[in-house]
Amino acid sequence: MLSYAVGGESTVGKTKLTPEEMSKKLDEALTHYEGQGQKALMSALQEAQEIYGYLPLPVQKRVAMTLNISVAEVYGVVSFYSFFSLKPKGEYVFNVCLGTACYVKGAQKILERIEDNLGIKAGDVTTDRKFSISACRCVGACGLAPVILVNDDVYGRLTPEEIPGIIAKYKEA
Amino acid sequence: MELYRAHVLVCCGTGCTSSNSDQIITQFDKLLPENNIEKEVKVVKTGCFGLCAEGPIVVVYPEGVMYYRVDPKDVAEIVSEHLVKGRHVERLMVPHPASPSSEANSSDESNFFKKQLRIALRNCGAINPEEIDEYIAHDGYLALGTILSEKRDPLDIIDEIKRSGLRGRGGGGFPTGMKWEFAAKVENDTKYVCCNADEGDPGAFMDRSILEGDPHSVIEAMTIAGYCIGASQGYVYVRAEYPIAVQRLKHAMKQAKEYGLIGKNIFGSDFSFDLDIRLGAGAFVCGEETALMRSIEGKRGNPTPRPPFPAVRGLFNKPTILNNVETYANIPIILTKGAEWFASMGTERSKGTKVFALGGKVQNVGLVEIPMGTTVREIVFEIGGGIPGGKEFKAVQTGGPSGGCIPASLLDTPIDYDNLVAAGSMMGSGGMIVMDEETCMVDIARFFLEFTVDESCGKCTPCRIGTKRMYELLTKIIEGQATLDDLEALEKVALSLKNGSLCALGQTAANPVLSTLKHFRNEYIQHVVDKKCACHVCKGLTEYYIIPEMCKKCGLCAKKCPVNCISGVLGKEPYVIDASQCIKCGACMEACKFKAIIKQ
Repeated sequence: MLSYAVGGESTVGKTKLTPEEMSKKLDEALTHYEGQGQKALMSALQEAQEIYGYLPLPVQKRVAMTLNISVAEVYGVVSFYSFFSLKPKGEYVFNVCLGTACYVKGAQKILERIEDNLGIKAGDVTTDRKFSISACRCVGACGLAPVILVNDDVYGRLTPEEIPGIIAKYKEA
Repeated sequence: MELYRAHVLVCCGTGCTSSNSDQIITQFDKLLPENNIEKEVKVVKTGCFGLCAEGPIVVVYPEGVMYYRVDPKDVAEIVSEHLVKGRHVERLMVPHPASPSSEANSSDESNFFKKQLRIALRNCGAINPEEIDEYIAHDGYLALGTILSEKRDPLDIIDEIKRSGLRGRGGGGFPTGMKWEFAAKVENDTKYVCCNADEGDPGAFMDRSILEGDPHSVIEAMTIAGYCIGASQGYVYVRAEYPIAVQRLKHAMKQAKEYGLIGKNIFGSDFSFDLDIRLGAGAFVCGEETALMRSIEGKRGNPTPRPPFPAVRGLFNKPTILNNVETYANIPIILTKGAEWFASMGTERSKGTKVFALGGKVQNVGLVEIPMGTTVREIVFEIGGGIPGGKEFKAVQTGGPSGGCIPASLLDTPIDYDNLVAAGSMMGSGGMIVMDEETCMVDIARFFLEFTVDESCGKCTPCRIGTKRMYELLTKIIEGQATLDDLEALEKVALSLKNGSLCALGQTAANPVLSTLKHFRNEYIQHVVDKKCACHVCKGLTEYYIIPEMCKKCGLCAKKCPVNCISGVLGKEPYVIDASQCIKCGACMEACKFKAIIKQ
C-alpha cells in the first residue's frame, strides 16, 4: 500500500494523530468505498475530512483511486462545496454565523473584532495553527443571534466586547 | 403503562441545547430521585417549542406552566417548589414584555402562541422525538397503516392530497399532489423519493426543528410517497451543519426499521421501502431540485435545465419526487384528518398553515406556525411582540436571498404564496427577518448579493457574472462612489439576471435589490446623491464624532483606539477624532461611558 503521509499533525478531535496513523485510518475508512464510483464520493470525502481536518491533494488522490474516478472529478467536488476545505484548520475554529438574523444584529462587528484580535482574516489560520476563523452561513440558532461557535461551544447574544475574553479562554487552554 | 402525576418537558432543539438544556435534564435526573419523586414525575426531552429567544424552555404539565431562560442551577428550585410543593416558580415565568401579566403564562394563552396553529409542528415540543412510541401514541404511522392494510389505490391517495390544496413548502409552492401524480404515471421499475432538508436560507430553521422535534412524521410521509408513486428507495438530503437533526433522524430510522415501518414488507404488505441519509456539504444551490439530485449522485451541485422534470428523469435518471421537510410533515395528518379539514384552513389558493422562523429585530424570536392568510402585522406585532427598544419598524424580509423586503405600508398583506410574490418578495422556505430603523436597506441588499455571489454555482453566465456585477455596483453605492447612472445599471443587470438565469437561484437573486429599490428607493438616492447613510451603517458614509460639551476628558476612547487617531489632554481638553485616520471600528463609541461619541 502506498503511503500518503501529509505534513503536520491532525488537529481534529482531542487526540492528535501522527501522519502514519491518519493514513492508516484513511485506508480503513476507504475500504467500504472500494470501486463504488462517483456516487460514494461525497460520503468518502466527508469521512476523509473527519480524519485529516482538511483535504490535501494526496488525500484526494487516494479517494480518487479507491472510487476509481479521476482526481479532477474529486477536486471538482472538493472545490465546489464549502464544507470541504483545502486548507488546514486551527485547533480552535471560530465559526462566525453570518446568517441574516445574526447580520442584522451586528455579526459583522463580531467577526471584525475576532479578526483584529487574532490578526488573521476569515478563512485563514494562525501560523501556530492554534486558531482559524471561518464565516459560516446560518447555524440555525437565530434565537441566540449573534452567534459564534468555537469548535462545539456555542456563544450567543454576543457583543464585541465579549470577544477578547472568549479568545483568552482558548489561548490558555 | 406507567402513569405520572407530572411531566416535565425540556426543549432539546438546537437553540436550547446551545444554552445548556442537556445539563438541565441531567439536573432533573439527579434531583428527582433525591426527592423521591422519580416515579411520579417524568422528564421528557422534546423538540422545539418555538420561543427560541427565551430558551432554554421547560414546561411542566398538567398545568402547562412554562419556564423561560432556565439555568441548570434553577432546576433545584423547580423541583422543590413546583414538583414537591406545588408552588410555581414565579421568577422564571415570563418576565417578558410580550405577555402583559404573569397570569397569561400558561403556554396556550401567551400572545406568542395564541394566534398560532400548529399542524406541521404538531408534535414538536409535545413528544420525545427519540421515542417512536410517543409518535405512535399521537396517531403516528396511522395514515401509513390504514393505507397499507386497506390496500388503498395510490391514485386515490394522490387525489386526496390534491384536494387538500397542499403546496410545496420549500418556497416554490408547486401543488404537491400534482407532483406526485406526474411521477406516479411515469412507467419505470425504479423510482425515488427524496426529501430536501438542505435548509440553506440564512435565518431559516423550520426544517431543522421538524427533523429534531418530529422526525417520524417525515419518515412516514416519505414511505407513503413511495407507495403512491411506486418507489422502494428514499433519500433524505440534510445539511451536515445540523448534527442534532441528523442524529435524531438516524435514530428514528433505526426505530422505524425495528418496528417494521420501513424496510421489507411493511405492515405485512408486499410494499417495501428503504430510506438513506445523504449529507449536504454546504452549497446553497443544492436546495434547487436538480442540483440536489446531482449532489446525491456525488457530483458538483450544478442545476440542469428542466424539462425533463425530475418526475420524468431525476435522480440517477429515474423518475423522482422531491419535497421539502415541512411539506412531508403535513402529509400524515392530511390523510388521517382528511383533505377537507386541511382545505378549510388558509386562503383561496394557499391552504393550511406555514411555519416561519421569525428573527432579527423582534421581541419573540423563534418558530411560529400560522394559518395562511394571517397578516404580516399580526406576525410581527402580536405573535412577535413588536420591535424591541421602542424602535421603529422598517421592513420584513422573507424568502432569504431569493426574496424581498415588505415595507410598513404592506404590513396588512395576508400571507400566502401569491400575495407575497405580488409584494415583490416570495414565501421562500420561511425565514422572516424583521428590520428596524437602524437597518440600512442598501447594506442588506448587498449582504444578500454577497451571499449569492458566493453561492452561484458558476454554470450559467447571467448568474455567475450578473451577481458579481451587482455586488460591485452595490459596494460602490455603499462607499459613496456611485452616480445615478450606476443605479440605472444596477436595475438593468438585475432584470437580465432575472430573465436569463438557468435556475431559481439566479432568477431570484435580484429580488433583494429589486424589492428594496421599489420600496426604499429614497435610501438608495440618499447614498448616491447626498452621500449619506441615514442609519449610519455604511462605513464609507459615516464619521465618528466626539461632542466636545459632553466629553468628560477621561481619555478612555483614545486608549481603546487601535490606530491612535484620537487626541486630547487628559482631564483638560476634550478629545477629538482625526477623521482622516479613523478606520471606523467603533471601539471608541463602545468604550465611552458618557455617550459623548456619535455617528453622523
